Amino acid sequence: MAELLYGVIMNTAENLFKINSKEYILPGSRACQGCGLSLAYRFALKALRENTIVTLPASCLCVLHGLYPLTPVTIPALNCTFASTAASASGIVAGLSALNKSDITVVAIAGDGGTFDMGIQALSGAAERGTDFIYVCYDNEGYMNTGTQRSSATPLGALTTTTPVMTKQQHKKDLIKIMEAHDIAYVATTSPSYPIDLYDKFVKAKKIKGTRYIHIYTACPPGWIYPPRDTVKIGRLAVETGLAVLFEVENGRFRFTGRSKTIAEKGNRLPVISYVEKQGRFKKMSIEQLNQMQTWVDAKWNEYLRRAEG
Amino acid sequence: MGSVSIITGNQAAALGAKLSNVQVVAAYPITPQSQLAELLSQYVESGALKAEYVRVEGEHSAMTVCISASTVGARVFTATSANGLLYMHEQLHWAAGSRLPIVMCCVNRGVGAPWSIFNDQQDSFSQRDTGWIQIYCRNNQEILDSVIQAYRIAEEVYAPVMVCYDGFVLSHTMMPVEMPEAGAVEKFLPPYKPHSILSPDNPKTINSVLFPGRRENTQGVLCDGFMEMRYKLQAALENAPAVIKKVSSEYTQAFGRDHGGMLWEYKSGDADILVTGLGSVASEATVAVDILREEGIKAGVIGIRVYRPFPRADAVKAFENARHIIVLEKSISYGYEGGLCSDLKGAFYGTGIKAAFDNFIVGLGGRDVKAREIVDAVKSSISSAERDPSNAKPKWLNCFTG
Repeated sequence: MAELLYGVIMNTAENLFKINSKEYILPGSRACQGCGLSLAYRFALKALRENTIVTLPASCLCVLHGLYPLTPVTIPALNCTFASTAASASGIVAGLSALNKSDITVVAIAGDGGTFDMGIQALSGAAERGTDFIYVCYDNEGYMNTGTQRSSATPLGALTTTTPVMTKQQHKKDLIKIMEAHDIAYVATTSPSYPIDLYDKFVKAKKIKGTRYIHIYTACPPGWIYPPRDTVKIGRLAVETGLAVLFEVENGRFRFTGRSKTIAEKGNRLPVISYVEKQGRFKKMSIEQLNQMQTWVDAKWNEYLRRAEG
Repeated sequence: MGSVSIITGNQAAALGAKLSNVQVVAAYPITPQSQLAELLSQYVESGALKAEYVRVEGEHSAMTVCISASTVGARVFTATSANGLLYMHEQLHWAAGSRLPIVMCCVNRGVGAPWSIFNDQQDSFSQRDTGWIQIYCRNNQEILDSVIQAYRIAEEVYAPVMVCYDGFVLSHTMMPVEMPEAGAVEKFLPPYKPHSILSPDNPKTINSVLFPGRRENTQGVLCDGFMEMRYKLQAALENAPAVIKKVSSEYTQAFGRDHGGMLWEYKSGDADILVTGLGSVASEATVAVDILREEGIKAGVIGIRVYRPFPRADAVKAFENARHIIVLEKSISYGYEGGLCSDLKGAFYGTGIKAAFDNFIVGLGGRDVKAREIVDAVKSSISSAERDPSNAKPKWLNCFTG
């Protein structure tokens, strides 16, 4: 047992040591306490490194980037309007290409509102054109920057400020499937609760040409209503219950990664109640909704299992 | 001297962009702009123009691509019409707020609903307050020359320029156009120097959030707030007429053609009656003026070439001796009158100009505006000049109004 534990620690330590030690977000960002996005962004930028240009819409990330003329972020970034993130990246790519600057990684980062809802046209267009960029959606399952309104990424049964009584009546949109349908070079999902998984996927994505899509499940303490100290724990529970699944699709080939791979192998997926009961946003969820959510997750999970088997 | 070709307005615009060595083109097709988008793709695919062509999925993205590409340091071009322009509206503000020298052609077309593919100027008129410079062309030669001039103006003022020309009336009508030589254009138009480049060499966050007040940077220097940035855009546009006139006169020196700086005049010197308008309708008015003069009526034309920034000083001078002003407009500010009419009245407030005004709304959705109809409008206006000018509503030319 001791030997096994030692092995696990050494393995983790080895992985942690490989992470770029440089910080690209200086202390003092305006993100909320316990913000899942700030964790995710920190590790993403470590993987992307200096020669990167970021474009971002009005969002929590825009808040994290700070008020003019100060910013804690040392990577160049261009703010864009809400619907235009992927088009903004297209413009950066075209401009750099016209100026023969081909070695810069262009990254568009938007939340679920700016991706699932308003940004989907520009994203679909950029992906269809095979634009050479990484699109990152940090999915905190609602319009958190404007005060937790419902988005099409909000899960069934969640209270938001625009579903304040009835809770959300629909399941979350499967945007990842939509992105896969674009036959792009790389699709991956990850979570800042598993920083090595996240880091590795950004390192890999950086090396691939063409459109790459990375979906980050991003826990949000004020929006999901749980104590800020529990962000990593809540993010892990999302994966443990299969509500968030860690995987990557390269050239159409599906592969579980990290914790989801282990769960798929061992079959020890937790019921969704273990995740739902920890968050205030689900306090009005009905038993029927809970059952519906479990059925929905089971179906999605089984589909992933089938795909993993090939 | 360059060669003369018989080409459409859209061809003239495409050649203007090509001669300006644009580096990124982003466009989405819409009638009557489509031929322009097609021609540019031909230039790029055949290698005649070394540029990136982004075939975007909509006009909002077309302007976004221009904004971002311009921010990394590329010279950019796009074009649209009508609802396409309105779909860009948010990005027009963003482009001007970012102080980017984007040049766009607006091939003027009526705005739905209901649908019309035909010409009026409601599209660009409704984008008047976005911070863009607007140039209205009266023939195909002016379109080509104005696109080239627009880059010089935009890159000196750091404001985007919209080169407007009437759909079908110019876009699909062939006229002789003299082609400037590429070398001469390159000499006239030096390479684009961005005011700040988005680059890993000097990382910064561009267009981040501002609070109402000014704030210090890390060196303790007080930096502009939102309002200071807005003031600077206004100041830049207030100073733009000097740049526009300088560019226009340098263009005349280099290529021998003068389209007027802020406005142009036709037989206005001794005229009692001045007809004014934007684009091809003002051009049509010159024919009307010739007819009126044959009938002994001393009329002239002032064509407003640049609508924003508004040519206040030039207009006060040009209309100085007018007794009667007739404003022909292919757009309207619903519930009031044509915007040019309002702007001229405002410009003349407190000056010696006490002319009577008559505002005619004309040619909406491609309705004919023939010289003969303008002649009749002028005559009816003269005979009704006695009415109370404070209560004058715009008149609708060649339109059944019950």
